[in-house]
This record gives sequence, C-alpha cells and structure tokens, in this order.
Amino acid sequence: MKEMLMIIMAAVLANNYVLVRFLGICPFLGVSKKLDSAVGMSIAVIFVMVLATAATWPIQRLLLDPNGIGYMQTTVFILVIAALVQLIETFMKKSLPSLHKALGIYLPLITTNCAVLGVCTLNIDEGYNFIQSLMNAFGSGVGFLLAMFLFAGVRSKIEDNDYPESFKGIASTLVAASILSVSFMGFSGMIDNIFGM
Amino acid sequence: MENKNSKLSIFTNGFIKENPILVLVLGTCPTLAVSTQGSNGIGMGLCVTFVLTFSNIFISALKKIIPDKVRIPCYIVVISTFVTILQLLLQAYLPELNKSLGLYVPLIVVNCIILGRAEAFANKNSVVDSALDGLGMGLGYTCALTIMACIRELLGAGTLFGHTVTANLFSPMSIFVLAPGGFFTFGCIIAALNKLTKGRREKKQKANKCLGCGNAEGCPAAEEGGC
Repeated sequence: MKEMLMIIMAAVLANNYVLVRFLGICPFLGVSKKLDSAVGMSIAVIFVMVLATAATWPIQRLLLDPNGIGYMQTTVFILVIAALVQLIETFMKKSLPSLHKALGIYLPLITTNCAVLGVCTLNIDEGYNFIQSLMNAFGSGVGFLLAMFLFAGVRSKIEDNDYPESFKGIASTLVAASILSVSFMGFSGMIDNIFGM
Repeated sequence: MENKNSKLSIFTNGFIKENPILVLVLGTCPTLAVSTQGSNGIGMGLCVTFVLTFSNIFISALKKIIPDKVRIPCYIVVISTFVTILQLLLQAYLPELNKSLGLYVPLIVVNCIILGRAEAFANKNSVVDSALDGLGMGLGYTCALTIMACIRELLGAGTLFGHTVTANLFSPMSIFVLAPGGFFTFGCIIAALNKLTKGRREKKQKANKCLGCGNAEGCPAAEEGGC
C-alpha cells in the first residue's frame, strides 16, 4: 500500500510529467489558455494513459518479450495507442454521448501526445509490475491535470499584464512555465523523506 | 539555374524561414529535455534529421499507394520503423548517447515536426525535394537545439561540449541545466528573436497554420481543442 502511494505521489509531484520530465509540452502550451478546456483535456489524458498502460503492458510482457521481439516496442505501442484512442472515441460517441461531448474533441489530439507513449515506455523501462504500472499511469495523468490546472490559472492572470512587446505570446508563456517548474522542484526531495526510502 | 535555386531554397527553408524550433515551435518536449549539454543537442538533432529525411523520402515515394483516409496511421508506421532502426543503431554503436537521450529516442515517433513535414510537404512533393526538405529541416532543428544546449551548458555547468570554459571564472548556475532553466532559456531565445525580427516571426508562424499537429502552439485551432 505504502509503495503504491509512493509511486502515485512521485508521479504527481516529484516527477511531474510536464514540468520535470518535459512530456506533453505541446498541449500544455497550446490548450492551457482556458481553464475548462485545460481540465477537459487533462481528464481525457488520464483516461487514455491508464487504458493505454492496461493495453500495452500485457502486450510487451506476454507477447513481445517471450518471442524475443522487444525491439518492436515503439511501433507496436504507437499503433495500439492510436487504435485504442479511436476505439474509445467510437464507443463514447455511441454509448456515452454526454461524455463524448465533453472529452471527444480532445481525444484525437492525444494520439500524438508524447506523454501517453512516454508513460507506456517508462513503465516497461522501470520494470513495474502490472498494478504498479497502472498506478504510475494514473499518477502521471493526475500530475498532468495538476500542471494544466495551475498553469491555466497563471496564464489567465498574466494575459492582461503589461510586459515587453517581444515577450508577447509564447515567450511569456515559457517564462511563466519556468517559474511554475521551480515550485515543483521543491517536491523532489520530499517524497523520499516522507516514505523514508 | 532556376531549378537549382528552388532546390536550394527548399533546403535552406528549414534553417531560417521555417526553423522548426524557433519559428514553428514544434517538437518542444525533446527540445527542452535534452538541451542540457551541447553534445546531447547535436546527437538528438542528428537523430531527428535521420528519421525526418528517411521518413520524408519513403512517404513521398509511397504517396500514390497510401490511401488518403488512412494516411496518418501509414505515416506513423513508416516513422516508427525508422525510429526502431535508429534505436538499434544507437544501442550498437553509440550506447552512451543512447543512455543520455534515454526515453526521448523512442519519443521521436510522436515528434510533431516529423508528422508535420510528412503532412505538409512529403505527400505533395517529389522524392528529391522531400529528401532536401527533411535534411534542411533536420539540420535547422540541430542548429537551434545545439545553440540552446550550449547556452544552457555554459550558464549551468560552465562547460562547452564537456570542456571547462567559465567554470573557474564564476560559479555556474546549475538551475539552467535543470527543468526551469529549459523553459526560461527557450522563452528568452524566442523573445530575443521577436525583438530582432520585429514581430515577423509571429506572422510566419500564423501563416503556417496547423502543420498536421493539433497540439502545436502555432495551431490556431488547438485552442478550441481540435483542427
């Protein structure tokens, strides 16, 4: 139990996917302008991350590794993720139209999101078992949500401020992200201390 | 002569006018993550150039065979094949570089630049043009990445490509090689470019629209959540 909690906490705070590991920067910069779209996108990411891990972990461990074709990992994973996202979208459209309305537009964007492929690959690289992988995927997704949520708030504040002309647009966004990233650095030692590892 | 000129302009397009990092702001994740050392910058840049050139050549050659409706999955298969080749080559010949780039080598598959060029250039142009475009874009990426990596390495560790330069003169600010420094350096470089080009950079970015990647900052539709 303690171990599970540690994996989740580490994924949310200390190894935050966006601000520490630099995965999923594109949606982080592109979709964080409005709070509700930022949250919608993040929830779709959590959803896809957990399902993609649930699909790719067994494929790697039960199919690719025993047959000695572990090097096919990248190709197989990206195709599985792409098919999975398509499947989820079709299923949602049919049986959960209200959820599809809220999350549907974000789903196609997620296929080319490096955070999803990143979490699937990292779970294999770190040697997590199936349950640990799912926990890590969930934690990473929540970390993404946290970063998006905080950053959407920050951006709505800086938007109206008066800063130099050359910093308008993405430059100011990046500098703001840098300051947010400093605050997440503070978590790096915390997890080890809390859990006495 | 004119033909030669247009070939040259395709090649140089990626360096300045449409530099993938500085003008189009594509593929930001690996840019920020691996630009901690000059040597990493060059290594990652050449990896991307390799994949980009070969995937452009193949996609351009196959453009008549690939059905329009399933073109994106087809592109992804082509790209991931070359990434797998690259992974195996790196593991065999450059294990050290492979270790320091780590996760970002397989993630070249989802790099917006590669899919973007396939969609915007390779599926409309001839094989030779596509190869030149891939090479130009890739080298433009490499240059921008290396410059950024050198700035971060110099300020953060006081070294340049591993050789001590300023480390003895003043103490290095190690925050520049950590995550916040990446965002900060990138933001400042773009601001400096905005200043130098007096806003022309922004216009260029808008004119390029989506480039096949809904996640890019340059994509006007991304704000509404889709292309």
